[in-house]
Amino acid sequence: MEYRSSVDIYTEWDIVAARQLGRNKAKEVGFGTVDQARITTAISELARNIYLYAGKGKIEITRIFKGDVKGISIVASDEGPGIMDVRKVMDDGYTTSGGLGAGMPGVKRLMDDFDITTTQGEGTTITIIKWVR
Amino acid sequence: MNKELSENIKHYIDDIITSWQEKMKKEKGERFFQYMPNDVVEKTSREFAELMTSNLLVADDVNETKLTEFTEKVVRFGWSIKFVNKSIENFSEVTFEILESEGVINDSNLRNYVKTIMAWISPLRDSIIEAYSVEWERTVQLQKVALQELSASLIPVFDKVSVMPLVGTIDTERAKLIMENLLEGVVKQRAEVVLLDITGVPVVDTMVAHHIIQAADAVRLVGAKCMLVGIRPEIAQTIVALGIELNDFTTTSTLRRGMQQALKLTNRKVVEVETEWM
Repeated sequence: MEYRSSVDIYTEWDIVAARQLGRNKAKEVGFGTVDQARITTAISELARNIYLYAGKGKIEITRIFKGDVKGISIVASDEGPGIMDVRKVMDDGYTTSGGLGAGMPGVKRLMDDFDITTTQGEGTTITIIKWVR
Repeated sequence: MNKELSENIKHYIDDIITSWQEKMKKEKGERFFQYMPNDVVEKTSREFAELMTSNLLVADDVNETKLTEFTEKVVRFGWSIKFVNKSIENFSEVTFEILESEGVINDSNLRNYVKTIMAWISPLRDSIIEAYSVEWERTVQLQKVALQELSASLIPVFDKVSVMPLVGTIDTERAKLIMENLLEGVVKQRAEVVLLDITGVPVVDTMVAHHIIQAADAVRLVGAKCMLVGIRPEIAQTIVALGIELNDFTTTSTLRRGMQQALKLTNRKVVEVETEWM
């Protein structure tokens, strides 16, 4: 069985492809509709950030296990400009593109685990995890 | 030279077709030759071979009409472009091999034959690739138009009350269209209350929410009130988690409730009437 799959993000439609994949994976793992919506929305936010700020990147979706607990891990990586001030990005209402500024802190609230590594000029990798309760 | 080649091909056509079929059967991942009944394979192969050689018979130059005919027919076989490309490649390879082993091609005329075969095959390939890409572009274009037709029309339901049902993914382009249709419709239909129904929107992320908020603000500017209806429970939860504030406008779970509120706002209500018996 295929546990891992990825979508390259180049255009706005790839965002749709990524979250479609995420929804299907989440369904397979056994998440309920609310969690499916959470995961799909989180993927949508991350993929859109890649599209808007880095131009291109990748969303990888993996099924994971911790003992008996099943989960899903999503890695969004790009080789874009990186994030200047990570702390600011995680603040509600901070935006550089005229949006709502709720994306990143929102993703953190939607998921169980949130990890971000970013180097200016080299890119950003964000890993998020959700466990089945 | 073309005439000579085509006559030779005609002479050995059975051998060519047989070894071409064998070669195609060995191709990995192609199911056509493995699962189709033999007579279908035989018929299609012969047809393909005829098409392949058809433009050789006419003239030394590339014949445009024959080429178009070839492309049209091959496209109609419904094969994948990879398969068609492989078919053409294998056909020319097999032809060369057989003519060589039969002694038609020898050291003295090798150069000429290679040249002729190349001049015969490459226009076929180019034409096929061109045809397929045109077809794809057309499909994508048509789907785009179809999607646009589907999206975002403002429907006047009652006097002063209009509904815009949103179905499917909202991207930047559609968001623009929604805004335009919404404002134009509000003014034209003299709507006082507009219901935006998002029952059919699969994902509401910050961008979608942002567009909706902007649309609602714009509606307010032209003097109407915007209500967001059709918020499913899971969408409500993600909106809260994202921290999106929708305090500025009324929201309801279903279109029906929204409609009741809209009527209340315009000082009306729906009542049941007793049927009059004659």
